[in-house]
Amino acid sequence: MSQQVAGSKAIARVTTPARNALTQSQERLAWIFLAPTLAVVAFVAVYPLIQTIWLSLTNARLGSVQPAAFVGLHNYRMLFQDIFFRDAVWITVIFTFITVFFEFVLGLIIALVINSNFKGRGPMRAAMLIPWAIPTVISAQMWKWMYNDIFGVFNDLLVTRLGILERPLAFVAANQTLALFSIAAVDIWKTTPFIALLLLAGLQVIPGDIYEAADVDGANKIQQFFSITLPLLRPAILVALIFRTLDSLRVFDVFYVMFGARPDMQTMAVYAQQYLVNFSNLGYGSAICVVIFLIIAIFVGVYVNVFKVEEA
Amino acid sequence: MTRSPARYWIGRILFYLMVLLILIYTIFPFYWAIVSSIKPNSELFSTPVSYWPNNPTLQHYQEVFRNADFMIALLNSVIVAFSVTALSLIVGALAAYALGRLRFTGRPVVLYTILAMTMFPQIAVLGGLFQMINTFGLYNRLSGLILTYLIFTLPFTVWVLTNFFKAMPRDLEEAAYVDGATPAQTFYKVLLPLAMPGLVTTGLLAFIAAWNEFLFALSFTQTPDQRTVPVAIFAFQPQTTGGFEIPWGPMMAATVVVTVPLIILTLIFQRRILAGLTAGAVKG
Repeated sequence: MSQQVAGSKAIARVTTPARNALTQSQERLAWIFLAPTLAVVAFVAVYPLIQTIWLSLTNARLGSVQPAAFVGLHNYRMLFQDIFFRDAVWITVIFTFITVFFEFVLGLIIALVINSNFKGRGPMRAAMLIPWAIPTVISAQMWKWMYNDIFGVFNDLLVTRLGILERPLAFVAANQTLALFSIAAVDIWKTTPFIALLLLAGLQVIPGDIYEAADVDGANKIQQFFSITLPLLRPAILVALIFRTLDSLRVFDVFYVMFGARPDMQTMAVYAQQYLVNFSNLGYGSAICVVIFLIIAIFVGVYVNVFKVEEA
Repeated sequence: MTRSPARYWIGRILFYLMVLLILIYTIFPFYWAIVSSIKPNSELFSTPVSYWPNNPTLQHYQEVFRNADFMIALLNSVIVAFSVTALSLIVGALAAYALGRLRFTGRPVVLYTILAMTMFPQIAVLGGLFQMINTFGLYNRLSGLILTYLIFTLPFTVWVLTNFFKAMPRDLEEAAYVDGATPAQTFYKVLLPLAMPGLVTTGLLAFIAAWNEFLFALSFTQTPDQRTVPVAIFAFQPQTTGGFEIPWGPMMAATVVVTVPLIILTLIFQRRILAGLTAGAVKG
């Protein structure tokens, strides 16, 4: 008992048998405590990842009597000629650019508004969490109803009340461009408040006396925004942009609910899910998964490099 | 200087207009779902659209609660979300304690693996997971969902809780060691109670993530009795053929039923959730 009297600060400095015993017991305990997590990670992440890569090199089909055969890069060669996949990549990338751009701009405006002092700021911040808390599937259904071509609220506003349009629009069943912007609006609505709150957290750590000094030096609000706020907000902006881009590139829920498997409105994730689950084509589906992973990795790489160059 | 009060008031009014605009933008879709859910069909499917329910009715809610498939899905979602939350907290708190408080070789490697996993796109392993689910007989079972949901709840839980444990003062453990406590006792008698706020935050976020998940639930289940709420709402079929392809009234009622508990939870714990979100910077 007296050996353990030494506190951990003393332990770090003095080399005694007691210290070794405690270090050893700590080491053992650490691995015991980590074991369940490592087991779960190995079982639901590492093993499926290796499996996915392996399956993508085979012609495996679910429920097939024949054993899967190794086919090398055949699936990938097919994938590069697959015009439907090319469309899916295109749709996903455009969707990503639209949503990330608008979410960032709107999010920044909202963050700046909430950051100023006014009555009702607390409830307002709480209200911002509502779109975030609503499940994506449900917000997609809510918007689908608002988009309804006859009884939807948007058509009522645009045609009947404000008279901006002459006849109602079929937002979701419309041509590719309108459908894409309609669905982007759902994602922008759901995620902008989240971006705003992230940026707000960044704004709140900027010390107020910097602005006071700028006031004294005669800088106007717009100059202050570009030379103080934006540069100091950069870490928060980068985090928000990376996470939003990653999320948008793997978008599934909102597209699947709004369009089902409509061929010209499939994202990469919808396309992969279709091949894996609906067509039971594990080989080809897994190849799509691997390519999605690589595309996402490229985007992350670009972000990190741009950031590094700017830092240097 | 004489113009300045007028300018001040114009500025204030414009500012509050902006605030109002933002509020309407964030809340209107949810308001619309509630209004639609209490309109009778005759009012729901008529033009011009009314912005206030003139003859409020609960008939859509009655229909939803009579829908056996939906009630089972609700129960399934509760089972899955609670199990996932409990598992991630128990397993995750142990790992977080080890990573945050104990010295051992290999700590950085484990820590970076966990961090990398919080950003990992689930779609990238869907092929391997789908095969695993089938090989181990987990297809169309809630246990399959509970297990696979850990892929996105556990790394996040471990990461946030590790930072939580790391931030606690050293003296606490030293006092416990002086009293002769072992590291394991120190963990569950001293540090774990102090980590309660962190556990609540990460638990809530894990719960919401599991409650909202759609891709795995859609891919790994087949029959209505194993569906979770998002899949049930996606597959909402007309109970009676009333001439409309989608029963929007009951659909909006179901939407409100599923969303209200989440919104109440979020509003009660908003500070905690905000802190957790900015700590992990992960979207739910």
